[in-house]
Amino acid sequence: MMKELFPMKQVMGFIFSLVLTAVALMVYFFDMSFAIGMTILLVTAFIQAGLQLVLFMHAGESEDKNAIYITIYYGVLIAIFTILGSLLTMVWTYQFQ
Amino acid sequence: MEFFERFAIPHPSPAIYASMVAIAVVSIAIVVGLTYFKKWGYLWREWLTTVDHKRLGIMYIIAAILMLFRGGADAIMMRAQLSAPENKLLDAQHYNEIFTTHGVVMILFMAMPFIIGFMNFVVPLQIGARDVAFPRLNALSFWLFFAGAMLFNISFVVGGSPDAGWTSYFPLADNEFSTSVGTNYYMIAIQIAGLGTLATGINFLTTILKMRAPGMTLMKMPMFTWSALITNVIIVFAFPVLTVALAMGTLDRLFGTHFFASTNGGMDMLWANLFWVWGHPEVYILILPAFGIYSEVISTFARRNLYGYKSMVASMVIISLLSFVVWVHHFFTMGQGAFVNSIFSITTMAIAVPTGVKIFNWLLTLYKGKIVMTTPMLYSMLFIPLFTLGGVTGVMLGMSAADYQYHNTMFLVAHFHMVIIPGVVFAMLAALYYYWPKMFGFMLNDRLGKIGAWIIAIGTLVAFMPMFISGLDGQARRMYTYSEASGFGIWNMISMVGALMLAAGFALIVYNIYYSFRHAPRDIGSDPWDARTLEWATHTPIPEYNFATMPKIDTYETFWDSKKKGTTLFPDKIEKIHMPNNSGIPFIMGIIFFLWGFSFVFAMWIPLIICTLGIFACMAYQSFENDHGRYISIEEIEETEKELGGKR
Ligand code: HEM
Ligand SMILES: [Cu+2]
Repeated sequence: MMKELFPMKQVMGFIFSLVLTAVALMVYFFDMSFAIGMTILLVTAFIQAGLQLVLFMHAGESEDKNAIYITIYYGVLIAIFTILGSLLTMVWTYQFQ
Repeated sequence: MEFFERFAIPHPSPAIYASMVAIAVVSIAIVVGLTYFKKWGYLWREWLTTVDHKRLGIMYIIAAILMLFRGGADAIMMRAQLSAPENKLLDAQHYNEIFTTHGVVMILFMAMPFIIGFMNFVVPLQIGARDVAFPRLNALSFWLFFAGAMLFNISFVVGGSPDAGWTSYFPLADNEFSTSVGTNYYMIAIQIAGLGTLATGINFLTTILKMRAPGMTLMKMPMFTWSALITNVIIVFAFPVLTVALAMGTLDRLFGTHFFASTNGGMDMLWANLFWVWGHPEVYILILPAFGIYSEVISTFARRNLYGYKSMVASMVIISLLSFVVWVHHFFTMGQGAFVNSIFSITTMAIAVPTGVKIFNWLLTLYKGKIVMTTPMLYSMLFIPLFTLGGVTGVMLGMSAADYQYHNTMFLVAHFHMVIIPGVVFAMLAALYYYWPKMFGFMLNDRLGKIGAWIIAIGTLVAFMPMFISGLDGQARRMYTYSEASGFGIWNMISMVGALMLAAGFALIVYNIYYSFRHAPRDIGSDPWDARTLEWATHTPIPEYNFATMPKIDTYETFWDSKKKGTTLFPDKIEKIHMPNNSGIPFIMGIIFFLWGFSFVFAMWIPLIICTLGIFACMAYQSFENDHGRYISIEEIEETEKELGGKR
């Protein structure tokens, strides 16, 4: 009974998101190269965003979860296209020429 | 006095002073007229505070037509200036201002409200809904658009027009080279209207996904609704980029940041990049609803179902993705090199494929159909060959190596006018003729309509085909004059003739509205075209609740089937209907946003802060307001239905 009422998933998620925040903070407190720091920040940020979306904004718990996930995938895809494309035309192309 | 100096025009001319007088006179005439005929109350109750999607749609369309004439006046002035070499009608500065406002007005304040207006009017009817998902937000969208449009339009009489092109490239658009407040108007007016558009996108996405009549699965939606769905997806993903770019541009101009400056670590070409990340999807935001209109019109007047429904849907979904990966084709010459250009050349040419699929589907629909040549159908028939000219030249521009020759010449100008006019404007005119009886209860005259369509089509060709030639000969765009020796004179003179034909064509449409208002019969029934989709299953005039009972959908053309096979579309009994109340908040917020924008343009911080507080006050009021809408009783519905000729 107690077990069913206790929001295990949410509590674990909350702890995990705190851990992610702590890991991201390490970039500030420890000395590391720009590349490593950026990688840590990006990875933790994306996991964090996904976690919040699924656990605390309840994506996937309602009937229209397909619509929600399709729009999220679509949005992520567009964002990736836009960012990589912009980097390619504005930055990378000049570095490799 | 010093305070008021900022509102003076930096570069005046008699024509601008004349416009000031004209604007003042017209405004006074409107106020006097409304007071004299005691129409203020009517205006407030029925229009300014309305949340009804049909009325908002009509207001969008009226605004779009007004803006068409503003933009058209700009166009005639430009063509007149260029009609002869070394002409002195306009000077360089005025020419710059006019091509800038022409572009912004036509794309953002004519084409956008036109399509959004028809989306408002048609989509809820086509899916059997009583309104959009968030009616009050819908009203706010309209008033934000309207505030933005009006703010932009007064620029030329208060403080000076923007003059850096509709693309407003930095560093030209920065304070160093654009010293008047003109470009502030650009940044802030478009921002306000853009917020409205973004809200529309979310609103219609929700409406189409959540409010379809029972039985209408996605693959049973009418094609215009499909195109609206895809368009709104693109709006939701593209407009935030514009929002951010405009905010950064505003910061650069008013708060001394250097995002787009060429010094201090700024990146001037980042503006071009962000602008086109929004800008290319934007051209598809314009063209997809137009395609939706053509699909409806062609299948109605070919008297058969649309050929290749699934491939139509698939091609739009593919277009929605591809439209986000081609933007670099607008600046192939920026210097990013052959590798990057090749990638974007390929994606650009790929997007012509799904577009071609749609063209073939329409042709095949016609091939097996029994064609009835009405005015909307005539526009659709003229669209196919003319748009193909624009599309093919688009593919030519898409080849990056070749684009070095065409870029920023009149060839480019000819390309985008040949896609936008036959593509978007013809569709909007077709829709105007097609939906006019539903909106106003009488038909527009078909003979005048057809004459107008021919004049406009021939005018388009005469105005823009010569530009392909003078462009290939090297005439640059956005130049206020050229020498006699260049030999461009003859082509520009021909263009001028075409522009006058276009003006005559539009004038004929206005005359047609007047003529039909006077003479057209009013007993046209509710389905004068013998059409196929749900919007024609309503009464004319449409009662505010659209459908007394919910239609039951089982095929993609249930209304048509119900007419042919005699099945019942509305099986349910009448129940009381829940409707939203009118609200003055969206209109008031529109006014505050206008003042907010105006203060921002002139960097008047105290009024800006007051307006900002006003906006938040409206939002707070809205949040705490306890308004659960109202019910229309069964008796009242029965009464209305009886008056309109019986419940369906
Ligand atoms: C077959 C599909 C199309 C292709 C391959 C295509 C390709 C291009 C290319 C490569 C350019 C840039 C040329 C240059 O700057 O040198 C361009 C400009 C433009 N296109 Fe298209 N296009 C297509 C369809 C459309 C449609 C459907 C619209 C609008 C409804 C449109 C509107 C525009 C506009 C407004 C510009 C010019 C913007 C400016 O620089 O001011 N195009 N097009
Ligand atoms: Cu483009």
